[in-house]
Amino acid sequence: METTDLIFRIVLIVIIFAISLVVAMYSTYAERKVAAFFQDRIGPNRAGPWGILQPLADGGKMFLKEEIIPTNATPFLFIVGPSLAILTACIGSAVIPWGQAIVIGGHTFDLQVTDINVGILYIFGVVSLGVYGIMIGGWASNNKYSLLGAIRAASQNISYEISMGLSIIALLMLTGTLSLKEIAEQQHGFAWNVWRQPLGFVLFLVCAFAETNRSPFDLPECETELVGGYHTEYSSMKLGFYLFAEYINMFISSAVMATLYWGGYNYPGMDWVAAHVGPTIAPIIGVVVFFGKIFFSIFFFMWVRWTIPRFRYDQLMDLGWKVLIPLAIANIVLTGVITTLLN
Amino acid sequence: MSTFYFIAFLSIFFSILVISAKNPVHSILYLILTFFTFTIHYILMNAQFLAIVNFIVYMGAILVLFLYTLMLINLNKESEPVKPFMVKFAGVFGGGILIVALVASLKSLGVSNPVILKNPDLGLVKNLGKVLFNEFLMPFEVSSVLLLSAMVGAVLLATKDPKTA
Repeated sequence: METTDLIFRIVLIVIIFAISLVVAMYSTYAERKVAAFFQDRIGPNRAGPWGILQPLADGGKMFLKEEIIPTNATPFLFIVGPSLAILTACIGSAVIPWGQAIVIGGHTFDLQVTDINVGILYIFGVVSLGVYGIMIGGWASNNKYSLLGAIRAASQNISYEISMGLSIIALLMLTGTLSLKEIAEQQHGFAWNVWRQPLGFVLFLVCAFAETNRSPFDLPECETELVGGYHTEYSSMKLGFYLFAEYINMFISSAVMATLYWGGYNYPGMDWVAAHVGPTIAPIIGVVVFFGKIFFSIFFFMWVRWTIPRFRYDQLMDLGWKVLIPLAIANIVLTGVITTLLN
Repeated sequence: MSTFYFIAFLSIFFSILVISAKNPVHSILYLILTFFTFTIHYILMNAQFLAIVNFIVYMGAILVLFLYTLMLINLNKESEPVKPFMVKFAGVFGGGILIVALVASLKSLGVSNPVILKNPDLGLVKNLGKVLFNEFLMPFEVSSVLLLSAMVGAVLLATKDPKTA
């Protein structure tokens, strides 16, 4: 039993890692197709049918390009920057519950790598660590534009982390637990948290855009002002790592959002399905539903990117400090008052 | 036990690098590593909540701000102030006295056994919350008022006086 558990867990880690990378890879393709759709173009269609091999071609190009470390850069930190960015992007998936416990050949396995009882805070810590990759890379490049991008990333990350934390507090007042597994279990069927925390979800969504440096909050790499932002000096796969980390972050934050607010692997009528198809197939259907939610959320990220223009920097700070934080505090007070009155 | 000694060695090693690094940004990066080893210490003591809060607040916020400030300052070799001999001498002398005082006070201390915990589950979120809001409610609330006043003071210092401006 012990060894089968261990083997299952290792297999799960490898699968999740592979899925994260594949989803990130095909997000680059999806982004270009979605952009083309919104701008009434065709998009990439040369590599393979419908351009489906485009990410492989891009990846091959990235790997084969010349590795350049600028003369005035700090070489070690210049390499540490992108490595840290991709590392922090990949470790976030460890606490996400991908599905209900699955029964295979009489054994019950959890579809979650580890269930620590401070799961949300772990995600939070990983997110706050993510900015170091950008900061270190931007500073080590020894370029004014990179440095400005890095500084923008740092202040943006800190500002939006506060309202993100406050919006989660209101959610935790309802769930009473920090474990993502228990939060997912509480939303059985159609009792999703978004019905009870609509304002909290909107706040969390806006902060997730800011934390992943996605448009309209992509000021760290604002090309109209900063050439390429923090990755101006980067080339070849080091640049690829930065871009890749952004897409993995998008995938992980979509998964977290789906788990916290949109019910995770739960869907209406899941008990009926579970009674008819048995305990092996039903969790797999749950996983498919979960991924459906994640993919819609990733599509939403892209939808916003190609619809809303970028903020100016002072507007970004005003939104973070003068709108989102007061709203988040009001949400906490409101949640407290309503739960007290209802009890 | 051996894990503890290894992590303790790393903490001391990185904290020495913090003060010996020539470049201030490097020394902040070493400080980040030092705090990371502290997080591991907390996990070894089964204080999960404290570990993750240390991770978020110190590593994820405070040190980001440190790094942010240091990146903005132009720290070149030319702008580094050359301290006179007397200042250096006074620094060495003061540091030496501090070491003597520390060694003397440590000598008179009884050796504690830090690895054995009185209540090993105290650090879990539920137990910690119960202890904080029952036994230590008063100090907890007072410290929150203290933090609030510090924040108000910082904002007051940062905003310019409209009369003098």
